[in-house]
Amino acid sequence: MAVTHFRAPSIIPGFGLTFGFTLFYLSIIVIVPVIGIYIHTFQLDWAAFERIVTGARFQAALRLSFGTSALAALVNVVIGVLVAWVLTRYSFPGRRVLDAIVDLPFALPTAVAGISLTAIYAPTGLIGQLFAPLGIRIAYTPLGILIALIFIGLPFVVRTVQPVLQDFDREVEEASATLGASRLTTIVRVLLPNLVPAILTGFALAFSRAVGEYGSVIFIAGNLPRQTEILPLLIVFRLEEYNYPAAAAIAAVMMTASFVILLLINLIQAWSRRRFGRV
Amino acid sequence: MELSIRNIRKEFDRFPALHGVSLDIRSGELIALLGPSGSGKTTLLRLIAGLEFPTSGAIFFGEDDASQKTVQERNVGFVFQHYALFRHMTVAENIGFGLKVRPRRLRPSAAQIRRRASELLELVRLPGLENRYPSQLSGGQRQRVALARALAIEPKVLLLDEPFGALDAQVRRDLRRWLREIHETTGHTTVFVTHDQEEALELADRVVVMSQGAIEQVGSADDVYDRPLTPFVYGFIGESSRLPVRVDTGGVWIDDRSLGLAAGDVPDGPAHLFFRPHDVELVEGCGGCIAGVVVSSRRVEATRRVELAVGGDRRIVEIELPADHPAALRSRIAFRPRSWKLFADARAGREACAETV
Repeated sequence: MAVTHFRAPSIIPGFGLTFGFTLFYLSIIVIVPVIGIYIHTFQLDWAAFERIVTGARFQAALRLSFGTSALAALVNVVIGVLVAWVLTRYSFPGRRVLDAIVDLPFALPTAVAGISLTAIYAPTGLIGQLFAPLGIRIAYTPLGILIALIFIGLPFVVRTVQPVLQDFDREVEEASATLGASRLTTIVRVLLPNLVPAILTGFALAFSRAVGEYGSVIFIAGNLPRQTEILPLLIVFRLEEYNYPAAAAIAAVMMTASFVILLLINLIQAWSRRRFGRV
Repeated sequence: MELSIRNIRKEFDRFPALHGVSLDIRSGELIALLGPSGSGKTTLLRLIAGLEFPTSGAIFFGEDDASQKTVQERNVGFVFQHYALFRHMTVAENIGFGLKVRPRRLRPSAAQIRRRASELLELVRLPGLENRYPSQLSGGQRQRVALARALAIEPKVLLLDEPFGALDAQVRRDLRRWLREIHETTGHTTVFVTHDQEEALELADRVVVMSQGAIEQVGSADDVYDRPLTPFVYGFIGESSRLPVRVDTGGVWIDDRSLGLAAGDVPDGPAHLFFRPHDVELVEGCGGCIAGVVVSSRRVEATRRVELAVGGDRRIVEIELPADHPAALRSRIAFRPRSWKLFADARAGREACAETV
């Protein structure tokens, strides 16, 4: 083990200054607001807190938010790996354009995305009208929320998996083939295990983004209480009622749940990194 | 397993990498493909493995035409320069991979696979490392594991692509000796690619010297060193000096001086004289010799390398003298190559040569 120096010697000085600024900004921008939410929550007594978190409306929104987010992140893992594969493994005209399009959900204002998604998937919209005769409604249902969350989460998976695929040694796949492994076996036993850490990171990022997503979802969701109402919207309602402690309580639950899930994913990642190591 | 490569052509995007290469490899032979980078040696190896497919021509494994078989069907052991181990698997899992992915009816039991992995680790002299991960091994150890993995599937031929290229000199020498031993123990037909002539000459039964997508010469270490067939082989294998000369009426000339050598079949016109720098004798006074002005002299281990400028246009040629030879102090040296070879200039369009009789 290398000895960890608090202050590594460097040809570029300024450790004290940069480290001080880093701590200062992290404090005021991240740490203080997070603590503030918990402090606000503690203004409620236990009974009031319990009433909020056991309420049917809150419970439904909690399940909807985390459920659709997890599902959307899972779908994104599949699509994202596929897109990353196509972008890294094949060269075709327009590959750079396609590569740039992947970032669109990052760049597009979420409200714009929400409105256009709603317009397309509404029963009279371009895609919605294809499904309407089959009795499938997309907009204003959890399915619509799912589609919006898939839309905003895709770049996270693509951008985390892409560099790993890019660096993956083609000889390792060839070695697998010379040993008699079929293409499917090579993918499942050789390629995918090496992508697991990147896939987990992409999943975690897409999931956290989806849980907190507001702008693109509220248009397509329809916001029916207990059916298509997401947690962030519930927080907005409480804020509009000037009920800050209730809003903070919902936020605190969301944040705690997100923390726990991210911690779990990080633990799995640490394990896989230890196991797979670096060659 | 004999290998027969018949008139193989390979083009990458219309760029020819191999022009009609033919080669027969006997069963149990250890063959080196030797050449500079870009000579097509790795392409040839990958074509044998089935990692590439030829543009035209055929490859036979024994009596079977393997040309259109996939890499999975060919059953070859391939060792890569950068090991290409599966880093998420232990050493034993790496070695057992080829057996584990077989169809169920051909697959040995888990215990058998494990036992086979341990035997192979024994063979490559890494006993007891079954449960390590590749990241915990040194480069030399990784390459041994890669070889054990290739041997596990009982391959028809063993192919190695610059197997020692990424290792340092000491480890290379050890592994070279050890590969020879493994080859003698297992008796696999083995083809390896290298750009290191010392490795090729020391290790292989026959060396295939390649240049610019074609085979220049196939032969034993003695053949390619003592009897090089082409100017390229003379220049590539071992130290050599090359001197542009002129052939006129059966003699070899520089300017208006005769070198006292017989040109044999080489037609009149420009030609190149090749000789080994260490294989020269110094002569006093010059009638039929090569004389030059000393340009520089460098001490290399037990010898002194002297550069001479020969003739009116000062063609540079190198000879080697014992370190304490008094001639090294002179400003003008005359010598005669003890053995030499004369090649007609390639631009003359005729391949002809003459050599020491």
